[in-house]
Amino acid sequence: LLPQRPTDPIRVSEYFTANPAVAPWLNRLGFFDVFGSVWFAAIYLVLFISLIGCILPRTATYLKALRDLPARPPGKLDTLPGHTIGTAPGSPAEVLDAAQAQLRARGYRVRREVDSVSAERGYLRETGNLVFHICLVLTLIGLAWGSLFSFKGTTIVVEGQAFSNTLTQYDEFGSGAGFNPSMLTPFTLRLDEFDVRFETGPVQQGAARDFKAKVSLTEADGPTSQQVIEVNGPLLVGGNSVHLLGHGYAPVVTVRDGSGQVAFSGPVVFLPQDTNFRSDGVIKAPDARPERLAFEGVFLPTAATSGPGGLVSVFPDVLNPQLLVNVWAGPPKAETGRPESVYALDKTGLTQLTKDNGDPVRAGLALGTTYQLPQGRGSISFDGWKRWTKLQVSTAPGGWLVLAAVMLAVAGMAVSLTVRPRRLYVRVHGGDGRTVVAVAGLDRVEGRGGLTAEVAALAAACGLEATLAATEDEEEQ
Amino acid sequence: VTAYYSSLAMVTSAVLYLVAMTLHAAEWASARGSRSREPERVSVATGGGTGDGDGQHWSSYEASAAPAGSRREELLGRLGLALTAVAALTHVIGVVLRGIAAERAPWGNMYEFITTSLAIAVLTYLVLAVRFGMRWLGLPVTLLLTVGQGLAVTVFYVDVSELMPALHSVWFVIHIIAAATSGAAFNIGGIAAILYLIRARDEERGGSAGYLSRLPSAEVLDRVSYRFLAFAFPLWTFTVAAGAIWAQFAWGRFWGWDPKETMSLVTWIIYAGYLHARVTVGWKGRRAAIVAIVGLVSFWFNFVGINLLVSGLHSYSGIQR
Repeated sequence: LLPQRPTDPIRVSEYFTANPAVAPWLNRLGFFDVFGSVWFAAIYLVLFISLIGCILPRTATYLKALRDLPARPPGKLDTLPGHTIGTAPGSPAEVLDAAQAQLRARGYRVRREVDSVSAERGYLRETGNLVFHICLVLTLIGLAWGSLFSFKGTTIVVEGQAFSNTLTQYDEFGSGAGFNPSMLTPFTLRLDEFDVRFETGPVQQGAARDFKAKVSLTEADGPTSQQVIEVNGPLLVGGNSVHLLGHGYAPVVTVRDGSGQVAFSGPVVFLPQDTNFRSDGVIKAPDARPERLAFEGVFLPTAATSGPGGLVSVFPDVLNPQLLVNVWAGPPKAETGRPESVYALDKTGLTQLTKDNGDPVRAGLALGTTYQLPQGRGSISFDGWKRWTKLQVSTAPGGWLVLAAVMLAVAGMAVSLTVRPRRLYVRVHGGDGRTVVAVAGLDRVEGRGGLTAEVAALAAACGLEATLAATEDEEEQ
Repeated sequence: VTAYYSSLAMVTSAVLYLVAMTLHAAEWASARGSRSREPERVSVATGGGTGDGDGQHWSSYEASAAPAGSRREELLGRLGLALTAVAALTHVIGVVLRGIAAERAPWGNMYEFITTSLAIAVLTYLVLAVRFGMRWLGLPVTLLLTVGQGLAVTVFYVDVSELMPALHSVWFVIHIIAAATSGAAFNIGGIAAILYLIRARDEERGGSAGYLSRLPSAEVLDRVSYRFLAFAFPLWTFTVAAGAIWAQFAWGRFWGWDPKETMSLVTWIIYAGYLHARVTVGWKGRRAAIVAIVGLVSFWFNFVGINLLVSGLHSYSGIQR
């Protein structure tokens, strides 16, 4: 119940702050990434080896049992859980013939000896059992294969922009040890339009109802085609699948510098912060002169006042868009080539613009408006907005193996839980025209009824007349 | 309007379950003081060599026949069963109307999922009670239904709304049906295991008084429990697999250690352990029953706890926190 890094990295760091004493130790023991930790891998491996160690000898035994005939009857048939002893007319051979015919007809495998017949049925139980466990091993192999050769990358694409499937275009990328870049199918996706529909009714207002990304797909040597990606409908290109993972807003802005030149123009990806898509982002204009400019912004798709002077977004769709910014400026910086985040502002060398009374400058822009920065430093215009989608490109090699193995495992398990093996025996002693017949049966697993009935039926088939001894009809309640 | 009648039917069924439970409780109470007939077994005529012993097998799950003179008890039991049937009818109507009101399968949030699963459970119980004489499940089953429906209509209730986009999938339907059905079987198996523990302790103390003597013998309870769990387990495996296929479509990975996925696997491992303990090691009775109960607890935690307590991809309860 500790937060896990792969699913919830933020909660993990919160936990570190809250429990500085314990957290590093838990971390060392792998408790924040249980499923990637050494001891989890060890459990996995031990399970794997013991499964194989169990399956191999059992398969050998089973194959031998399949080739062999059923075992001869045990010495004393009257000690078995179901038995009947009596006499029958006819010679021993006739009785045994009748028994053999009846057993064959009922699907038993029969072994005939001079004075006895033994029969067994329910071999499929062990088949099902073995299939199930072999399939578990196959599942584990499929999973291991998958984690070795899979990759998963995400990228954010704004409407009207395109993505090419090469490593440099990903925002995040992870892969197994066996990955090589040739596994990326060459293609280009252009996001033409992203349709989203939100609940407008009173119930669950604002909940997402429909997402549709309309894209143009160009494959390496093919024409461009129009495709749609939906939440449960990924796009398959070659061996790669493209999934729709998320969406957000990118306000389109134009920044002019102090000399009146356009220093930046275009959509800027903002990251959603709440369910009503209050989105945060940073607009950077490093080429503005005489001073470079930067803006920390909040985008509200449906702005409304809440409380004393605060603006919030009250609906996830765009009904009343507002862009709130504060402004930073500083002397131009030399290009270092060092990468920096597009979502965070490195404030070294920048100062926040303030009004005459010392308060920081805050501008609220409605759609289509322009704000003139104080002291003639330039302006920022809120020209429009676009949607962006977060796309994930991935492969799951071995997925089909896991799927097939699991389905077979279910089938095998169903067989092994429903088939209940049973052994039946008949032994005869000859003597002056009448034959003493002992019929007995044994169930090899619990939970099956009807043994006594089946022994009785077999006895009847043998022509048993006078009964000398029989198990009480203690049909398991 | 349809949604209104759906809710009305659901609430009615919850109340009726409560009354049925009261009747069953009265049935148990009125059996107080009646001594157990010695575990001399109910003998069932063996059919003429049908080999497949299932018919007599099932009928042998009937509880020990009530001694003469407890007609009141019998009457209460029958009334309880009849009322459960009426409640089940309104319950099913409620589920169907909910589906009509929402114009989709009524499994989109926790309220709908609980009510649908309970509907499957009550129908299963009715078949068992009427066809196989397993009315002795009455009190625990109606208790489960009362608590479940009661919580559903009070705590978990949300108004009809459209599905979230992640649920637009065929696999959604398959996954949920399998989950609800195996859930019903896990619950009945678990109830039988609990009754087993009570009954077994009672038998150890030498014969029992009261309604306990009306339960089938501990041995039978043990086997009923096993059979239901053996049925539920493959289905549960399938549920998890179907969920994984769906996850592959929705998120591009079939297994991501989401809390729900992890807990489903834990539940699966517990029940796998149960079956192994029984089949391979030969565990029976008390120890097996305890494992079965642990499995049921894990199932319920997975079902209710994860949705409400932990954030993950299955946080679909639709309840505003």
